[in-house]
Amino acid sequence: MTPTRGTVTMSDEPAIRLTDLTRHFGERTALRKVSGEVPAGATLAVLGRNGAGKSTLLRILATLLRPHDGEVALLGEPLPRRAWAVRGRIGLLAHDPLLYRDLTARENLRYHAGLHRVDESRIDEVLAAVQMEKRADEPVRSYSRGMVQRTAIARAVLHRPHVLLLDEPRSNLDPGAEALVEPLIGRASGATRVLTSHDPQAALAEADLVLALKDGRAAFFGEPRALSTAALKDLYA
Amino acid sequence: MRTALVILRKDLRLELRSLETVPAMVMFSVIVFVMFHFGLNTITVKGQEAAGIFTATLLIAALLGINRLFVAEREQGGFDAFLLAPVDRTALFVAKATALYLYLTLLEVIAVPAFKLFLLGPSLGGSLPGVIAVLALANLGIVAIGTLVSAIAIQTRARDLIGPLIGLPLQIPSLIGTARALGPLFAGHPASAPPGKWVAVLALYDVVFALLAYAVFDFLLED
Repeated sequence: MTPTRGTVTMSDEPAIRLTDLTRHFGERTALRKVSGEVPAGATLAVLGRNGAGKSTLLRILATLLRPHDGEVALLGEPLPRRAWAVRGRIGLLAHDPLLYRDLTARENLRYHAGLHRVDESRIDEVLAAVQMEKRADEPVRSYSRGMVQRTAIARAVLHRPHVLLLDEPRSNLDPGAEALVEPLIGRASGATRVLTSHDPQAALAEADLVLALKDGRAAFFGEPRALSTAALKDLYA
Repeated sequence: MRTALVILRKDLRLELRSLETVPAMVMFSVIVFVMFHFGLNTITVKGQEAAGIFTATLLIAALLGINRLFVAEREQGGFDAFLLAPVDRTALFVAKATALYLYLTLLEVIAVPAFKLFLLGPSLGGSLPGVIAVLALANLGIVAIGTLVSAIAIQTRARDLIGPLIGLPLQIPSLIGTARALGPLFAGHPASAPPGKWVAVLALYDVVFALLAYAVFDFLLED
């Protein structure tokens, strides 16, 4: 199965491969034997109720959590054994914006540019892309939630990642801002994307593949059109 | 080294903006000296007694900085941001340890004159180079163990308790070495030098704990 959509070309080589991925938190199993493959350039929408394991999956793919069983390969590299080889090629947009509140947007981005060895000219580029140039020298704590999210998006794409892990990427964004960030985190970014959303219909609309999680198990993995309305309803029941 | 500088620059900027750590450490030290001044019901102290009071105050003041060392990383996602970057993880240890060393040096620049003002009887004139050398050495040990303890404590809910409960016992060799080395310097003998034996103990403590902290720090960042 090689999904194609829009102008993005997807290769057959999977960018993400999950084989019986399992992760526990103490007694609780957050993910249980989750499997699936995502081709390079494709978009995987991860759906499920709160606590279904969506954020855990994203954090494992981001190399921030270790799988307890099963196998995970990202960009051909097995995790966590070769996590170092993929760090720097992942852009994570999580609930936490990963920004220091007492620093300005520009200072935050300069810090991240330093960590990722990105040329500082890229900072102005991403600030302009999210239309934050005018407020870039004010501390992040003075921003509205939407501005924080735009800055976090600039931070996530600063180093031109190959894989974008997007946890509710459009939260706090107004329609204008959503359109603004589309080239950065949308399909046009060209990156392999894994996204979660509080709006399943919106997520399905931009997905090539869907992983539906229920109590940590994969209730469905496949193309969006194969996911029935009843199954979707059952997922959130 | 470049990554450590990037992190250090960010940490110093954050401290300059928030002024949460160094002013608290300085205020604490000065308040403790004033309390000893009145609590001991004496105008001045000297020798080993003075060295003990000064060193214990310094170590407890350092705990304030140690407890806050990783707070911004924990509360504002700094750990995740760092772990996502393709960098050597020990750079974080080096940066945090250097920041703490600078905080301690700033603390001492104010605490030594304050100690002289409120408690210390003899003049420090000729002993000052020795005091500076002992404190520079003592700071290395405090920083090595402090950075390690702070990285452990920040992972726990009871981080404000873990810091003192683990950190202070581990700092006892440093307390002994620093206090014994400072004792003769606070005794009022003109141009006295710190005793070599205790300087050597301090140096050994520094080397052992710096190597230990460097070796295990990586694992503390693991999930």
